[in-house]
Amino acid sequence: MEFIFDNNIPIYIQLLDYMKIYLISGVFKCGEKLPSVREFATTFNVNPNTMQKALAELENMDLIYTERTNGKYVTKDEKLIEKLKDEYAVTLAKSYFQGMKRIGLGKAESIKYLEGIEE
Amino acid sequence: MEFLEIKNLSKKFDEKCVLNDINLNLSSGKIIGLLGKNGAGKTTLIKLINDLLTPTSGAIFVKGNKIGVETKKIISYLPERTYLNNQMKVKEIFRYFEDFYDDFDIQKAMRLLKDLDLDENQSLSKMSKGMKEKVQLVLVLSREAELYILDEPLGGVDPATRDYILDTILSNFNENASVIISTHLIADIERILDEAVFIDKGRIVLQGDTDDLRRQENASIDEIFRRMFKC
Repeated sequence: MEFIFDNNIPIYIQLLDYMKIYLISGVFKCGEKLPSVREFATTFNVNPNTMQKALAELENMDLIYTERTNGKYVTKDEKLIEKLKDEYAVTLAKSYFQGMKRIGLGKAESIKYLEGIEE
Repeated sequence: MEFLEIKNLSKKFDEKCVLNDINLNLSSGKIIGLLGKNGAGKTTLIKLINDLLTPTSGAIFVKGNKIGVETKKIISYLPERTYLNNQMKVKEIFRYFEDFYDDFDIQKAMRLLKDLDLDENQSLSKMSKGMKEKVQLVLVLSREAELYILDEPLGGVDPATRDYILDTILSNFNENASVIISTHLIADIERILDEAVFIDKGRIVLQGDTDDLRRQENASIDEIFRRMFKC
């Protein structure tokens, strides 16, 4: 997969976003050991320091934790990941409705459009 | 102790002041972009760090040592212009570097050369400008140095090779090494930079963590540069 970064937004924020999606979608499961900073940096093609910053931020949010000398792991708390998923879904939904509002469509109409789309 | 310390550095050519009271501290394990317009003083600063020019006043220290033989051993420098003998073949230049630098890793050089589709049996005189630049980069990146100083490393190469070079810099780079890259092609390199140092008319006008700058200004480093130096 090719990762595309927008230079106008701090890179670590964008990395954080990619990582959140990984956690939500279960690419890395609860309690699973994560690759090293360097491996992540190579995958994303970013500066290891920037990757470190993104991981530190995830750790601040308790989504991952560091086991001394042993590396980083995904939280064992499934509720936290569920909450993250919920928040993420709300953000996506809001941005959809905002977009529809800009072209003059209300909530009810917007939902109709959603229902009309085949997956 | 800072990895690189520049104190009150000034450089005059005759009466023209090219660098004016530069103060700069850089810690190790960072990739730093030295960004400025043509004639801002980037190359002069780089030459001073490499002991190729003598400061008019002030001093530069690398790991606490004043610039000299000891600091040259740990700095791998890509100059703006090539100094290699055009008649030499790539493999001869590799051997030459192996003799000259204890930290030159010929296996690595061969690997990079192959990745860049260059032939070790070709002489420089038969190569295009871009190919020569690639050879020079291979040489510089194949040293296990502590500080890499790359003066305009991307100027003559195509965008695909630019990406390869940036990726090579990233994969080479370890926490004990630092990289200083001077360029005006900011958009191409900004994604890999930890810090940006803007230099203009011989002075440092802005220095900061690239992600912090992006957030503060709500813009890319390239955009911040354009706003600042709008003609």
